[in-house]
Amino acid sequence: MENRPLEYDYTVAKMFMVTTIVLGIVGMSIGVFIAFELAFPGLNTILGSGLAEYTNFSRLRPLHTDAVAFGFTVSGIFATWFYVGQRVLKVSMAESKFLMFIGKLQFWLYIIGVAAAVVSLFMGYTSSKEYAEFEWPVDIAIVVVWVLWGVSIFGLIGIRREKSLYISIWYYIATFLGVAMLYLFNNMEVPTMLATSAAGESGIGSWFHSVSMYAGTNDALVQWWYGHNAVAFVFTVPIIAMIYYFLPKESGQAIYSYKLSLLSFWGLMFVYLWAGGHHLLFSTVPDWMQTMGSIFSVVLILPSWGSAINMLLTMKGEWQQVAASPLIKFMVLASTFYMFSTLEGPIQAIKSVNAIAHFTDWIVGHVHDGTLGWVGFMIIAALYHMAPRVFKREIYSKKLMATQFWVQTLGIVLYFTSMWIAGITQGMMWRAHDEFGNLAYSFIDTVDVLHPYYALRGTGGLFYLIGFFMFAYNIYKTMSARPVEEHELQNASPMGA
Amino acid sequence: MFHWLEKNPFLFSVGVFVVIAFAGLIEIIPNFAEASRPVIGTKPYSTLEIAGRQVYIKNSCNACHSQLIRPFKAETDRYGHYSLSGEYAYDRPFLWGSKRTGPDLMRVGNYRTTEWHENHMKSPQSIVPTSIMPAYPWMFTNKADIDTAFAEQLTVSQFFGVPYNKPVPMKDGTTKVVKMGKSIAEARALALEEAKKVAADMKDQDVKDAVAKGEIPEIVALIAYLNSLK
Repeated sequence: MENRPLEYDYTVAKMFMVTTIVLGIVGMSIGVFIAFELAFPGLNTILGSGLAEYTNFSRLRPLHTDAVAFGFTVSGIFATWFYVGQRVLKVSMAESKFLMFIGKLQFWLYIIGVAAAVVSLFMGYTSSKEYAEFEWPVDIAIVVVWVLWGVSIFGLIGIRREKSLYISIWYYIATFLGVAMLYLFNNMEVPTMLATSAAGESGIGSWFHSVSMYAGTNDALVQWWYGHNAVAFVFTVPIIAMIYYFLPKESGQAIYSYKLSLLSFWGLMFVYLWAGGHHLLFSTVPDWMQTMGSIFSVVLILPSWGSAINMLLTMKGEWQQVAASPLIKFMVLASTFYMFSTLEGPIQAIKSVNAIAHFTDWIVGHVHDGTLGWVGFMIIAALYHMAPRVFKREIYSKKLMATQFWVQTLGIVLYFTSMWIAGITQGMMWRAHDEFGNLAYSFIDTVDVLHPYYALRGTGGLFYLIGFFMFAYNIYKTMSARPVEEHELQNASPMGA
Repeated sequence: MFHWLEKNPFLFSVGVFVVIAFAGLIEIIPNFAEASRPVIGTKPYSTLEIAGRQVYIKNSCNACHSQLIRPFKAETDRYGHYSLSGEYAYDRPFLWGSKRTGPDLMRVGNYRTTEWHENHMKSPQSIVPTSIMPAYPWMFTNKADIDTAFAEQLTVSQFFGVPYNKPVPMKDGTTKVVKMGKSIAEARALALEEAKKVAADMKDQDVKDAVAKGEIPEIVALIAYLNSLK
């Protein structure tokens, strides 16, 4: 056998890198726009009242959440899988024509699915369930894409040279299984065209309309079992897979503790699924489920912090890298935001806190701590690490990277501080009574007071979006303007060089 | 410790699946049958109300409005009696929402009128000057999809046993029958009959004319739905 490193094939990884960036821009731009709509409602008719149906907040909101979750984040997960998977299993995609075909097929079906999702949401075809808005034909496309990804994962594992599965692979497998289970059960629905009238007519009305298999309280229970764990298996588990690979690679440090990673992994798998009940506190689901949701949310701090601390301690003795390398900065801040939002979440899941926080902007703030700080930064860092290696070119500008880091960090800070204040203010105003026992504020009073915070939040989002454009430009210039190196850049980090 | 497991992807995956599926089984299954039993006074939605509910969903009203009143004094003072599980028995999907950018709508039918909704949907600021809610003018021209609403009625009655054309017990001891058409033509006629009652309380001449011609604008269906929320 030749004694040279394997040449990995990054064709599919590159394709998904592009969609990560494009869909990130789409999803985040819509997010910034709708954030400003809340501060300045005139924006709802920015393209005139004739097109207001397609520019108003309510129609765009699912587009924002789905574009960043299933566009940006899921693309990022796929892009890193098609990079990390080969490398830790020590096998190249080029070795299997079948897997290469499946990978490309997955990409193109994903593109078709995204196009169908965008058009259908704009048209208002939605099941109304958060993060599961797509109607049944799009659901089927998503399931096919997911199954193809499963074929890629287990196919590559089947022909691996490295027999022991690295930690990242555990998390990718869990992502695959978790999302498959959740998505299937939450989207159980009956297309209405299957029904027949007493007169014998069938196929009545719109063919992509469907009815949920579950009613009322049960539907809510299944939805939030899904909704919360979509956060687990899209925004947490695969992102941990990334950081377990990219942080040690970029810093040159070994993972701090294998035992801690074991404990965190199995702990997270077991505990996370119980916590969905915290979305339903004081609702009509049975009290014991609410209490379980609350308790397990607090227990969830352990495995979450286990992973985060494992990451931070991996940097032990090498903290000067945080100052020297913007890429390490992204990842260390990602871990920090992971710790922050996995502490904030359990606090909000405590019943007495939830009584104030639920239905307010504090929840929105919490989600964005996790998504902007943890998910966004980790995916950005992963792509920055991958770019020099898959394109065989040095990163275009490290200065721009550092600027991006600070602009986006400022954006996140503006975002969560304004949403904290907005949420707690509104929550307290809703429940305030005057000396005679009447409600102290009408609803609109509690909306008026939010205006400055909504404006500040929009500004924070805008900073993050500007930073994301810097990222897109930097990667684009790396791809197009830097000279090609002879070989894949090995060992030395491009940032350290 | 677990190195043997990490060399066996099949067993590893089975292990992960069992561990993640566990919580769902324990939390969701035990209460499933019980939670979907309607309380007395809860009746299925009529064809027009379902069409209105579809308009509500199409425009993601649930992104900003909840339909869940929590058992706190501040909430019952503001919105009425706290929500009961059985009141949602015919809600597919549930529309509890997760964010109150605007107020809760669980019992909006108790304290708002057709006329109020008409003005408010056309221009929220004409009623609440500092409201940040967008206007929904297209609902006054777009036509409601009665056929799909009928298909939804058929689906829930055939697959989930929702009692249409059957007496449903009400709080005052009487019973009510919610009708469902035998054919598309009959369903359209039933919806139109109900739409006429709603349109009679409206001011918009174009909407009135459309209903008189036998067409049902989205706003009429939506108001029928909102009025049914009690």
